[in-house]
Amino acid sequence: MSRQTSPTAFTALLRRDFLLAYRRRAELLQPLVFLLVVTTLFPLGVGPSPQLLANIAPGVIWIAALLATVLSLDSLFRSDYEDGTLEQMILSGQPLALIALARIVAHWLVAGLPIVLLSPLLALWMNLPEEGMSILIKSLIIGTPVLSLIGAIGGALTVSLKRGGQLLSLLVFPLYVPLLILATSAVSSSVAGLPYTGQLGLMVAGLIASLTLAPFATAAALKLSLT
Amino acid sequence: MLSVSDLSFERYFERVFEPVSFDLSAGSLLLITGSNGCGKTTLLRLLAGLLEPSEGTISSHDQPLYAGHNPAIKDDLSVEENIRFWMKFMGTRKTDLGDELCEQVIEEIGLTPVAMQEGRTLSAGQRKRCSLARLLFCDEALWLLDEPYSNLDREGIAMLDRIIRSHLESGGACIMTTHGSLRPEGFELEECHMISGRERYAGGAAA
Repeated sequence: MSRQTSPTAFTALLRRDFLLAYRRRAELLQPLVFLLVVTTLFPLGVGPSPQLLANIAPGVIWIAALLATVLSLDSLFRSDYEDGTLEQMILSGQPLALIALARIVAHWLVAGLPIVLLSPLLALWMNLPEEGMSILIKSLIIGTPVLSLIGAIGGALTVSLKRGGQLLSLLVFPLYVPLLILATSAVSSSVAGLPYTGQLGLMVAGLIASLTLAPFATAAALKLSLT
Repeated sequence: MLSVSDLSFERYFERVFEPVSFDLSAGSLLLITGSNGCGKTTLLRLLAGLLEPSEGTISSHDQPLYAGHNPAIKDDLSVEENIRFWMKFMGTRKTDLGDELCEQVIEEIGLTPVAMQEGRTLSAGQRKRCSLARLLFCDEALWLLDEPYSNLDREGIAMLDRIIRSHLESGGACIMTTHGSLRPEGFELEECHMISGRERYAGGAAA
């Protein structure tokens, strides 16, 4: 067998993605700055009352995280599509789902993980009580990979459209709703001293389901977009 | 190696080109000619498996290598990084040569002076050379080259002819499209002229 094994292709793709992310770091910073700005606007808009902010904190942070992720999704497959890289990847005979998974993993590491790392700062700004902090971080650790995984399906479906950004958000936001409800309810419950493991458990189930299914759906969508 | 019979492709219920048939054996070069828009690229994409034929059959043994109009070069990566990525990703029999092979490839396509330059700074001809680098380390026996001479200078054309010749001598085969002005020289080749579906229809109406 002269073909390179799939794991080598997977790591080659990951390395390339990190290198590209480093070269285009300004592009990566945009969603994060957006996240910070959106969260900053809330106290200005709804009033700086500490109790009010504490009440809406989980929802605000999670919605800002959703919006920031969707901003970066459009570029997930677009440049590879436009310069013919995607075409060559499909022809290379490597499993397309694996290629999709590599792109998703890279996307989470450069777009999702920074959101998790910034979340303590956001929680502080929004006056989230201390009890909620660890659950907010946990919910983001479980939730942001799901955002990347589900978002990749939307990104792959709209890659052949010239301006797919708006359609992409229409496609993926409804799919993010269950995640948003579970995550914010887990954080609010922990602040109120109520049990929250049920919500987190369902989120983990969602993560496992999307981790096993989304790469295949993304691969099918990419194939559809290319023909 | 490859056998195609009565192959055609429809787009919006209209034939893109009139049915094509040919057989290709190892060591031969097939030149596909025809005017702009007669379906040459579509034919190559069908053969590569990127499109599904509407009629007819393609029987081939393994996946061909397709070098199309899109160079698959990242603007933000240097020539060397681009080539190295494709070497790792596609895999090659000579993979144990590693860095040495990469240097050899860059030298052979004549891009050593710009090896460290980013893809965005390359000229059209240099981009073409960079995308043709794949030919030097791939294992595929059948090559599908879409207008491979476009943008290349005289030395580039000679380089490409040399690469194709050594591929054919080692038992490979090659299908190449051209719209007429540039043709491979000094090769024994078969030729297949394509007629677009619309052209045939217009001709029929006039008669």
